[in-house]
Amino acid sequence: MAENSDKNAYWAANKRIIGISLVIWFICSFGFGILLRPMLSGIKVGGTDLGFWFAQQGSILVFLVLIFTYAAKMNKLDKKYGVDE
Amino acid sequence: MDQFTLNLLVVGATFALYIGIAIWARAGSTSEFYAAGRGVHPVINGMATGADWMSAASFISMAGIISFGGYNTSAYLMGWTGGYVLLAMLIAPYLRKFGKFTVPEFIGDRFYSQTARTVAVICLITASLTYVIGQMTGVGVAFSRFLEVDKTTGLLIGAAIVFFYAVIGGMKGITYTQVAQYVVLILAYTIPAIFISLKLTGNPLPPLGLFSDHVGSGAPILETLNGMLQDLGFTEYTKQTDTTLNMFLFTVSLMIGTAGLPHVIVRFFTVPTVAAARSSAGWALVFIALLYLTAPAVGAMARVNLIDTVYPNGTTEAPLAYEQRPDWVKNWEQTGLLGFDDKNGDGLINYTGSAETNEFSVNRDIITLANPEIANLPGWVIALVAAGGLAAALSTAAGLLMAISSAVSHDLIKSQINPSISEKGELLSARISMAVAIVIATYLGLNPPGFAAQTVALAFGLAASSIFPALLMGIFSTRINNKGAVAGMIAGLLVTLVYIFLHKGWFFIPGTNSFTDADPLLLSIKSTSFGSIGALVNFVVAYVVSNASDEPPVEIRELVESVRIPSGAGTAVDH
Repeated sequence: MAENSDKNAYWAANKRIIGISLVIWFICSFGFGILLRPMLSGIKVGGTDLGFWFAQQGSILVFLVLIFTYAAKMNKLDKKYGVDE
Repeated sequence: MDQFTLNLLVVGATFALYIGIAIWARAGSTSEFYAAGRGVHPVINGMATGADWMSAASFISMAGIISFGGYNTSAYLMGWTGGYVLLAMLIAPYLRKFGKFTVPEFIGDRFYSQTARTVAVICLITASLTYVIGQMTGVGVAFSRFLEVDKTTGLLIGAAIVFFYAVIGGMKGITYTQVAQYVVLILAYTIPAIFISLKLTGNPLPPLGLFSDHVGSGAPILETLNGMLQDLGFTEYTKQTDTTLNMFLFTVSLMIGTAGLPHVIVRFFTVPTVAAARSSAGWALVFIALLYLTAPAVGAMARVNLIDTVYPNGTTEAPLAYEQRPDWVKNWEQTGLLGFDDKNGDGLINYTGSAETNEFSVNRDIITLANPEIANLPGWVIALVAAGGLAAALSTAAGLLMAISSAVSHDLIKSQINPSISEKGELLSARISMAVAIVIATYLGLNPPGFAAQTVALAFGLAASSIFPALLMGIFSTRINNKGAVAGMIAGLLVTLVYIFLHKGWFFIPGTNSFTDADPLLLSIKSTSFGSIGALVNFVVAYVVSNASDEPPVEIRELVESVRIPSGAGTAVDH
């Protein structure tokens, strides 16, 4: 990949994927787990509320999905731009 | 076979395994010593990262912290796992592409500044050294409780083991011993948890058990626990008592601190490609999540078990008489971690949420270690927990010592003192630095300074306020220059340190603090949460100073562009 425009497009695509991932990352941890917990208190999960579940379990599961999705999407992107190894 | 012999056998067998691996995985070059030859499979590296990351604090203390803090301690769970998302997307792949050996090396090269590199080295050594003291004291505690030797002897045995495999094997030896240590620690953590979850909820998977019905009451276990705690005058388990602001900032600090801790970042230098670095961060989180999804279940269930022990007929009936206390209470009383003070003289163990009437004091750290005894589990489980605690402490200690010794030999000796040093000479100096670091860590473990307990605030504060922002800006901006980066790191570091010192005492000397975390200087922001504010200061200062001074030279722009492109990571190995 010699073209500068290609490099820029690759980097912009990477940043877009990161941006979307981090929005989800934020909503599922800081959002549902802390800031929005009072709003979600009506939704009951196993003897407590949804916010508690996200804070102690759900957020971690979302993090796992996010990293593996990111890795898979980036592998595709690497191939598309011919920068894979 | 008695418990002591069993403990000795299990711990002895794991130690023999670690030494065997060390002899097999000797390091012959600096690449092997610093980065395990960059041939580590991403899953294997993920497992090693899990052990590297999960310290004595995760293994021994975290379940106890959750057990007594309930919902408020969720910051640890989210912070110490969410940081891996940042690591996977914002840091690890690009530093792997950079293809050198240490974190300060990237900061020094990217910001074309020895000062920046030196500031990074100072942060790294301070953070890692405070962290390692905690591991060494953890080794001492585990030895003295389970193997009946005194703390000093225990610590010296532990240090000798680390010395052996870290000095001989470097990163290569550490990687493969960490894999073995991960297996030991995760078995030791989950097996008792499965037994306890089955007993209390009938569900063999602790994370599901936490949200299942309690066998005794038929109601969900968290509801049962809330009810018990209310009866006894404690705060409800699922209730938030910390302020939202502080909880938010504390979580941010732990997350960005995690993504900025050098001993974790360097683990991703050991995999062969950029793609492997990304997936390896995912695998690391899989292995970490196995423990972190179990910990909240252990915390809540241990609290139920503890209250059930003290109130065998229910929390509305009279508590247990002190004379009838079970053996595990007697065992732990001897360590001073459990205590009974019969304030009203009725001979009963009154365990309540009020400081005036409570007669039963429980140190948080015993929750994990005493769990198998509280739940009446067989002797081999107790022995396994002892080996697990030691594995957690030793694996993290080794990773930290590795980060310290490579900073000294590579960033100070090779880069600043003697650049013409041969590879053999650098390898020797790396081994000597490692040996010296172990001796210092052992000394500090035996004579812990007053600030040893402030590990979290200090290590995460430094990593969050100085290293993480510098790395992020170094990768994602081409405009941040040498002056901006140095000014930003120093500003972030100073405000964070000053805020910690104002609340914990100057240089942690007791009594020299002007504020306390209960009544902090700014709003409700505790000193442990201030790393996030320090990071913000770092970003702002770096941005303003960079924009007021020259653009970075063209070769730096090229460097940044090259770390953003994955191809060529394999060829960048030797330099």
